[in-house]
Amino acid sequence: MNANIKRRLFLKGSVAAGTIGVAVGAGLLTPQVVMASWPKDAFGAKKTEDALSSLMGGSATTPSEDIKIKAPDIAENGAVVPVSIESSLNGIESIALLASANGTPLVASFNMGKGANASVSTRIKMGKTGDVIAVCKAGGKMFSARKGVKVTIGGCGG
Amino acid sequence: MASIKMKAKEKKGVVTVKALITHPMETGLRKDKKTGQVVPAHFINEVKAEVGGETVLTCLWSGGISKNPYLSFEYLGSKGDELKLTWADNMGKGDSKVAKVK
Repeated sequence: MNANIKRRLFLKGSVAAGTIGVAVGAGLLTPQVVMASWPKDAFGAKKTEDALSSLMGGSATTPSEDIKIKAPDIAENGAVVPVSIESSLNGIESIALLASANGTPLVASFNMGKGANASVSTRIKMGKTGDVIAVCKAGGKMFSARKGVKVTIGGCGG
Repeated sequence: MASIKMKAKEKKGVVTVKALITHPMETGLRKDKKTGQVVPAHFINEVKAEVGGETVLTCLWSGGISKNPYLSFEYLGSKGDELKLTWADNMGKGDSKVAKVK
């Protein structure tokens, strides 16, 4: 008797979990605001090359002087490091922003839409001294630039 | 929710947008000093900017973006454009704001 009840509860539990999984997959349980697919593997990658391979399909980049990174030489507060990326390269489809010394280097990806200029600024967390790297994907090729930033107090609250 | 402050100015056909979003942007790595518990990851993972129903910029973010994120970008546009900025986070919350380009 006990074994039967346990088996039924077990099956009920697993079916329920399965149903929710299917529903989420089918988009029936989408959160309040719909999101595009978020590149989980790229954001979880622990190495810059792996993040780029996952995000852009490759990790080989050509250094370009046409990508300008503005970031402080020394960041007193690693929790808030202002970074600006600007590029005059033609046909940029997306820009990836990475912090080489962070546990998961990929910080952001900016996808250019209609009329967008390749010019974005934000503030990022840097866990320790390292490079801020900008990779621009244009016409199937990847171009990059990097700038070293010294961090005096690490930015992951850690 | 009023989490977005935004202004957009046009000059010589280029609109510069500056936005500040209120959000904890927790990485999921931080330990709460009082409780010793890890604070769960709670960060904006997508920001979308639209003008006239067309997407101008999509940002995919991680917890590596600073708390109360600042975002600035440029696009080719005109005064009077209605710019809509929307964010969504990993916990299904979100907000959006519309501003007119000056």
